[in-house]
Amino acid sequence: MDTQYAFLPRNALDQLLDALRKAGFDRLVGPIARDGAIVYDTLTSAAQLPHGYRDEQAPGRYRLHQADSGRCFSWANGTQTLKPLTFAPQEVLWHCERDAEGCLRFKNPTVNHSPTAVIGVRACDLVALRLQERHFLGGRFHDPHYGARRESLFLLAVHCTHPAKTCFCASTGDGPKAAIGFDIALSELDEGFILEAGSLRGGELIRTLALDDATERQRELAKTEIETAALQQSRSLPSQNLREALYARLEDRHWDKIGMRCLSCGNCTAVCPTCFCHAEHSVPTLDGTQTTHQRQWDSCFTAVHSYMGHFLVREETRLRYRQWLSHKLASWHDQYGRSGCVGCGRCITWCPSGIDLTAEVAALTRQETSHV
Amino acid sequence: MSAWSPEHPDALDQLNQRPQPRPKVAVHKFSSCDGCQLAFINAGEALITLSQLVDIVHFAEAGPLDAEAEVDIAFVEGSISTPHEKERIEQVRRQSRFLVSIGACATSGGLQALRNFNSHSAEQWTQAVYAQPAYIDSLETATPVAEHVKVDLELWGCPVNARQVFAAIRALLFGVMPLIDKDKLCVECKRRGNVCVLVAKGEPCMGPVTHLGCGALCPAFGRDCYACFGPAENPNTHALARRFVGLGLLPEEIAHRFHFINSHTPAFRSAGLEWAE
Ligand code: SF4
Ligand code: SF4
Ligand code: SF4
Ligand code: SF4
Repeated sequence: MDTQYAFLPRNALDQLLDALRKAGFDRLVGPIARDGAIVYDTLTSAAQLPHGYRDEQAPGRYRLHQADSGRCFSWANGTQTLKPLTFAPQEVLWHCERDAEGCLRFKNPTVNHSPTAVIGVRACDLVALRLQERHFLGGRFHDPHYGARRESLFLLAVHCTHPAKTCFCASTGDGPKAAIGFDIALSELDEGFILEAGSLRGGELIRTLALDDATERQRELAKTEIETAALQQSRSLPSQNLREALYARLEDRHWDKIGMRCLSCGNCTAVCPTCFCHAEHSVPTLDGTQTTHQRQWDSCFTAVHSYMGHFLVREETRLRYRQWLSHKLASWHDQYGRSGCVGCGRCITWCPSGIDLTAEVAALTRQETSHV
Repeated sequence: MSAWSPEHPDALDQLNQRPQPRPKVAVHKFSSCDGCQLAFINAGEALITLSQLVDIVHFAEAGPLDAEAEVDIAFVEGSISTPHEKERIEQVRRQSRFLVSIGACATSGGLQALRNFNSHSAEQWTQAVYAQPAYIDSLETATPVAEHVKVDLELWGCPVNARQVFAAIRALLFGVMPLIDKDKLCVECKRRGNVCVLVAKGEPCMGPVTHLGCGALCPAFGRDCYACFGPAENPNTHALARRFVGLGLLPEEIAHRFHFINSHTPAFRSAGLEWAE
């Protein structure tokens, strides 16, 4: 049987989850509706998936609605996807202990990353994962913690069919069709799912299910839904390379205007799947004989992020926002050879102040540079 | 993370030059609910470890009583609300090498500082509230410790938590200033993986202007932060207040968001006044 495109009936979704468990992925992580949003959590059965949920997203606003549909993936994206699973929000890098002679002894933390299958990963998040891999694993220094977590993941993607108003992955070229980095990609139709292998182990897993091939009609339907999803996106960035455009406007007055509205709260960086900044500090025990060295998410919107010697490089909010946008869309090109934005729109939705980077880029690049 | 402005290095020198390595510690109480002192008492095992590292010479709520003792580190809970407290805080300062104010009352005047806005005099209030007003001797205002004496370190929160207090003591035992992270609560909220109550539910969350430290406790339980830890560094109260307008709050309701537990801090005081008028 040709497993290039296999058809999984809707009521057989649990068989897929069972097959993942049989293949050694004891921990299944997938989307569920909780606290008014789609969040990633431990999944024990397909019944927990957000059946019939639709999301409504706008700058600074996210709402879930129950629609009359049996589909599980008819929403765009939730609060987070892969980032917390690979780049932990908080983690211990090492322990240090002072022994009776006063010598310092360093110990690695015991890390146990049980094999995990993630269900429902989106195209933008797969590209973002690739970009974070470049950062944490690609250079001279390989991050073993990141690497171990990354290696433990089996990725089951879903091609997007219901983009949110905040999505613009079509304009960045990163979606809505999952193109890279998945083990299996899934197209959701009313009657069930088309499974498509993206890796050898993904193909093997599909074969164990002994499914029929998807029909020509089913594949056409799926293709049309993805194409329509791309056309539905209303936001965009004017170019996939804004390096020159932004470097030319570093002194633009518009940064001041953003600074008036920006709360410098760091929510945009926390939800951005490509942001990787972190801070490290030692946490001693009260008796002073042991410390744990901890790493946690940081952001270019915190004061300490720009602390140097004895002063803050970016005291004002406008400079912090400028750092974020000009790194993401300009100096990423110098650093990693492309823009750091995959068009997921999360920074727009989860900004408490409703700041929309696509609108800010448009305002900055619309006219000739207006210098202070 | 006040690393770029060690607040009072001279006081740290004083502390580090103490004659005996084992510091003497006092916990003093002023106008407050005693909740911050519970950060010590609730610490359980850590309190036993602490008693092996320092001498607690005065801590009325826990037992030891020697309010006049000269100490190396004094923790002060509560605001300055009576003429007697005004004198007493100066006395505490004179007898302490390093003074730490703990909790909203001591750092900002606390909830009771709401009386600082009122046109009714403290005397009118006491007449209205108490059966025997003659026994009440109150100042017109409730103010933070730092408005009266030099404070070497402030630990915010209503109440402060044991983690902050013990981390500060540990740093001082090492002879360094504790790092106080003044980032916004949102940073902590996202690390914890909470769903944002402002964005997903339209709740008027104060997190974007609030000093982190509580672990984003309220959003973790689905409710909006009411800023019990006071203002964060660089708080954009104007932008948040405008967002609250968008969420449908009335001007008076916006004023109340800022004029609550830490109303006497300059950032919250002025933000609230803009909307109260
Ligand atoms: S910058 Fe915004 S839209 Fe782009 S990848 Fe990050 S969160 Fe998504
Ligand atoms: S752009 Fe929005 S989310 Fe980002 S720091 Fe500013 S207010 Fe916060
Ligand atoms: S719930 Fe409040 S503290 Fe948490 S991210 Fe949202 S605005 Fe910030
Ligand atoms: S969330 Fe806000 S109000 Fe609640 S404990 Fe934390 S700082 Fe205080």
